[in-house]
Amino acid sequence: MSAASWAVEKRPTLVKVGRWVGWIGIIAVGLYLPQAFPPFRVGQFNTIMAYGLAALGLALLTGFNGQISIGHGAFFGIGAYTTVIIVGDHPEFPWLATTAVGALLAFAVGIVVGLPALRIRGLYLGVVTLALALLFRQALEKYSDLTGGSQGRGVPRGQKFSAPDWTGLANDQWRYYVIFVIVVGCLVLSRNIVKSRMGRAAVAIRDNETAAEVLGVNVARTKVLMFGVSAMLAGIGGSLLVIGSPIPRVSANSFTIVLSITFLVALVVGGATSILGPIIGAAFVVLLPEVVPHEQQVLTPVILGAVLIALMLVAPDGVVGLSRRSASWAWRMLARAADTGPDTGLETGDSSKEQLQLDSRES
Amino acid sequence: MSDAVRPGPTVLSVRDLVVTYGAATALHGISFEVHQGEVVTIIGGNGAGKTTTLRTVSGVSEVIQKSTGEITFREQRIDGMPAHRIAKMGLAHIPEGRRVFPQLSVAENLELGSFRRRGDRAAVAEDLADMYRRFPVLAERKEQYAGLLSGGEQQMLAIARGLMAGPSFLVMDEPSLGLAPLIVNQMFEIIQQLAADSGVTILLVEQVATKALAVADYAYVLESGAITAHGPAGELAADPLVKKAYLGG
Repeated sequence: MSAASWAVEKRPTLVKVGRWVGWIGIIAVGLYLPQAFPPFRVGQFNTIMAYGLAALGLALLTGFNGQISIGHGAFFGIGAYTTVIIVGDHPEFPWLATTAVGALLAFAVGIVVGLPALRIRGLYLGVVTLALALLFRQALEKYSDLTGGSQGRGVPRGQKFSAPDWTGLANDQWRYYVIFVIVVGCLVLSRNIVKSRMGRAAVAIRDNETAAEVLGVNVARTKVLMFGVSAMLAGIGGSLLVIGSPIPRVSANSFTIVLSITFLVALVVGGATSILGPIIGAAFVVLLPEVVPHEQQVLTPVILGAVLIALMLVAPDGVVGLSRRSASWAWRMLARAADTGPDTGLETGDSSKEQLQLDSRES
Repeated sequence: MSDAVRPGPTVLSVRDLVVTYGAATALHGISFEVHQGEVVTIIGGNGAGKTTTLRTVSGVSEVIQKSTGEITFREQRIDGMPAHRIAKMGLAHIPEGRRVFPQLSVAENLELGSFRRRGDRAAVAEDLADMYRRFPVLAERKEQYAGLLSGGEQQMLAIARGLMAGPSFLVMDEPSLGLAPLIVNQMFEIIQQLAADSGVTILLVEQVATKALAVADYAYVLESGAITAHGPAGELAADPLVKKAYLGG
């Protein structure tokens, strides 16, 4: 038996093994990164992970449930401000506890925003969430005593999130590892949600709300909960952004509508129906300004736009979708090489199955 | 129309159902009944209000807000009740145009059918095996994505998915819609068999009146939102007016 036909025969097992190896590899690389890069880069990785959580929240909401939000910057901001305000006012309060508070607050606000989302959908929901993003910015200005307005607000000197002595790590490395663990936890949580009864219900609602309804899915509860969970992930991301930065500081100017759109771009680039995709998309939006020459920074949005258009054409399902398609193409080639397929008709049937699979499966 | 004696107790009773979409009235106060163990059909042309009727009975949210009237299912008022609670009472709705979840596999679609039945795993597994026996083609395509099934297969999946809820009452919206004539025949054979061996009560809405009248016990004719005739299906099939309007002479 040739290697190719062996591979084709063992395909399900190989795919499963490959998936595990992939995850272990990603975690290994993730653990190694702060050892290999200077603090400045590690700070960027923290930003990527924070943005990635917001985009992950959007994936659950948009990719798996068919709702849209152009206001996730607000939930992200709720998390960030919660941490800065609590740590600023109560230095004895543990940092990570503020993340939990921010997560709960974002969840609660998400539920409240999710309620009107039951009545409106599509473009109109987009407009309502857009209003949320604008409103959040205005609220920051209005309550500047608390938030610092556009001047911004930081935490007192010496209040940095720093490494305990027993770890032997530099502060930037410690911050990275703490965030990394939380992000991996959120990825696992999201994966489990998608695989759960609720996730199944969410996908059913996305595909056909009426059919889901008459099957006994509580559409209202599922949609509102998905909105809450999505907002919560963004809130955790916001809090982690503060924790991960060497000079924790927030200002109203960083929580504009542009931030919400950045998350959407990360979602689209990475792939909306995937768990890992949003993190990849976040890496793209954070690192893109790096590859654009400094004196040409004005070009960054132009490049971003061009990349988006190109992606819509060649990979409407994002980087993860593209890789899934390449993988299924590779398997087809392998099957042809092995010549085990009974006939070509069956093969094409198989390939279109893969195509459809792209949209509903996470990585 | 003769007032024939109908078997069994009333399972579903609809009184003076009115549905208005903005300025347009879809249903002008219709009333009908379904008795235990019957196959009842509502026949009518395009836009007569057939789908609206079924959706109101099942509690589909976008319709029930626009409806008034009294709907009683198993001696309980269900008008205004959300769909998921009505589903829990044993009513399964098989929507028109098949409406399977295209990006889920056949098995996952069936699994969603039993969404409301947590806790009786054994019974669900038994029902699943029964579906695969009843519809062998679904067993063959278990792992395939529902969107890739043929029209007839999708309709079978929609029926099987509805049955996976373990319903006592099945509401079917135009199972023949968009299917080739041969497949339509097959669909009605399936319905007939279901009525004969599963003990489920069926309310069926159809445009293909000949076929529907052939499988039904009792029938209503719905025309522009009003019921214009009703009676035992056999009698209606012989009625000259119905014949002229719906049976091609």
